[in-house]
Amino acid sequence: MSILIFADQVQGKIKKAALEAVQYGAKVAAQLGTTATALVLGPVDAAELSALGNYGAQKVLHAADARLHEVESIVYTKVIAEAAEKEGSQVIIFPHNFDGKAVAPRVAARLKAGLVAGAISYPDTSNGFVVKKNVFSGKAFAHINITSDKKIIAIMPNTFALTPGTGTATVEAFSPAIQDSDFKVKVVKTETVSGDVPLTEAEIVVSGGRGMKGPENWGILEDLAKALGAATASSRPVADAGWRPHHEHVGQTGLTVRPNLYVAIGISGAIQHLAGVNGSKVIVVINKDPEAPFFKAADYGIVGDAFEVVPKLTAAVQKLKQS
Amino acid sequence: MKILVCISKTPDTTAKIAFTDNNTKFNEAGVQFIINPYDEWYALVRALELKETMGADVHLVTVGGADCDPIIRKALALGGDEAFRINADSADSFYIASQIAAHTREKQYDIIFTGKETIDYNGSGIGGMVAELLDLPYVSIAAKFDLNGTVATVNREIEGGEETCEVSLPVVVSCQKGMAEARIPNMRGIMAARTKPLTVVDPVAADTLTSVVSFELPPAKAGVKLISPDNVEELVKLLHEEAKVI
Repeated sequence: MSILIFADQVQGKIKKAALEAVQYGAKVAAQLGTTATALVLGPVDAAELSALGNYGAQKVLHAADARLHEVESIVYTKVIAEAAEKEGSQVIIFPHNFDGKAVAPRVAARLKAGLVAGAISYPDTSNGFVVKKNVFSGKAFAHINITSDKKIIAIMPNTFALTPGTGTATVEAFSPAIQDSDFKVKVVKTETVSGDVPLTEAEIVVSGGRGMKGPENWGILEDLAKALGAATASSRPVADAGWRPHHEHVGQTGLTVRPNLYVAIGISGAIQHLAGVNGSKVIVVINKDPEAPFFKAADYGIVGDAFEVVPKLTAAVQKLKQS
Repeated sequence: MKILVCISKTPDTTAKIAFTDNNTKFNEAGVQFIINPYDEWYALVRALELKETMGADVHLVTVGGADCDPIIRKALALGGDEAFRINADSADSFYIASQIAAHTREKQYDIIFTGKETIDYNGSGIGGMVAELLDLPYVSIAAKFDLNGTVATVNREIEGGEETCEVSLPVVVSCQKGMAEARIPNMRGIMAARTKPLTVVDPVAADTLTSVVSFELPPAKAGVKLISPDNVEELVKLLHEEAKVI
């Protein structure tokens, strides 16, 4: 009857979005009077596993099989279904990140479990099992009732702040029944931008638009990002023009981010861009056009030339960090 | 080769979002409807490119009422060969996926393309569910799809990077930016679309696992606090002490 949480890893490290899912699952378990079991697939350090207790997991199922290093949706689905069966889980939690999006729908179809993808609330069980999620690309919310016996919630990253405690989790080795022939999709190459914070997990994002005038000017933006410990992003015209790589594009047709702080530099704030960022807790807009629509969605704004304001801002942030 | 492209009707990206009936229904008054951008710009156009380079029948499927017909005609005008509308309410992703899976079992496709998500419900679930119901491999959130015989090379997005995968057909792929460039239908296509087959199909019996209780609009922002460009220290102070985000 335990709540099962799919805690995905990259290069042997549990992802931040996965820690958020574990903590969320533990809260739901407490709410429903049961326990939380985290499921980790692929080789991971033992310390990473027991540390999941700090986020509320009582138990960690670990399938160390090296073949599970990368996500293969057929295989992962089989393994998660087997773990859910073993734990008697009626509720399964996923992070709504790339891995979650690849796997949660398959598991939902296999188990005939209603899925809420991109959840931003804990379930309300006063009348059914109702979970709030973003709809219309962040322009509205919907309250969705999961009516099936089995339920899957995929939570929006950066929505439930991590508050680690000091719990302990029992780690149990798990050997699911998988064969080589189950692996239909083979990863032949992986390219990652090393050292950078993944954009969807970043707590601070510094983003640039057409107002930056050209890719050669990104240095000042990167300096600010570095001072803030932020990830960098861009608007769609910037990605389309090839000034910045596509995986940095934030907005309706790009990534949705929900950082604590979103700093928009030289971005006018078209509705399609706002759709990707309006879940941010605090928005700062720097634009020389006082009529830029982004100011209406901002918490703080500076009307001014980015090329003068941004370096000064970087210096002021560095000063704060040193003090 | 047969390719199925799953398309969905969504409000235009600039549509005003409002609700009626005590916040239980989307207010369609004055709203322009379009093909979900991911379905059109990436899934459909990539299917058409494959058709042009290696020959393929491109079928379209949507689940919905007669109000979907205009967007289906547009997809045919862009170059789809034949369309199927499963005549049912598209409320729950498992129900929709069950309909598409039933259609596919009958028609047998080599490639099934979906958009990575719809811009209204943002569920991103149809592709994975269809794949599971048909026991097919699934590559999600793909930015590139090439075919060499019956082996597809697909790039998919992962946190902070990209993976290149290989998979044998048949396969289900959800598509995003990078797959193809958006096209505009030409007059010949629009004329031809009028006579292309659009078959209305009765739904199969399937379960609905979720239901919308109500909608809600986000609270309005309190208003922007403007800071002088000559006083950036003030902004840093506010972010540190008031907003507590740095």
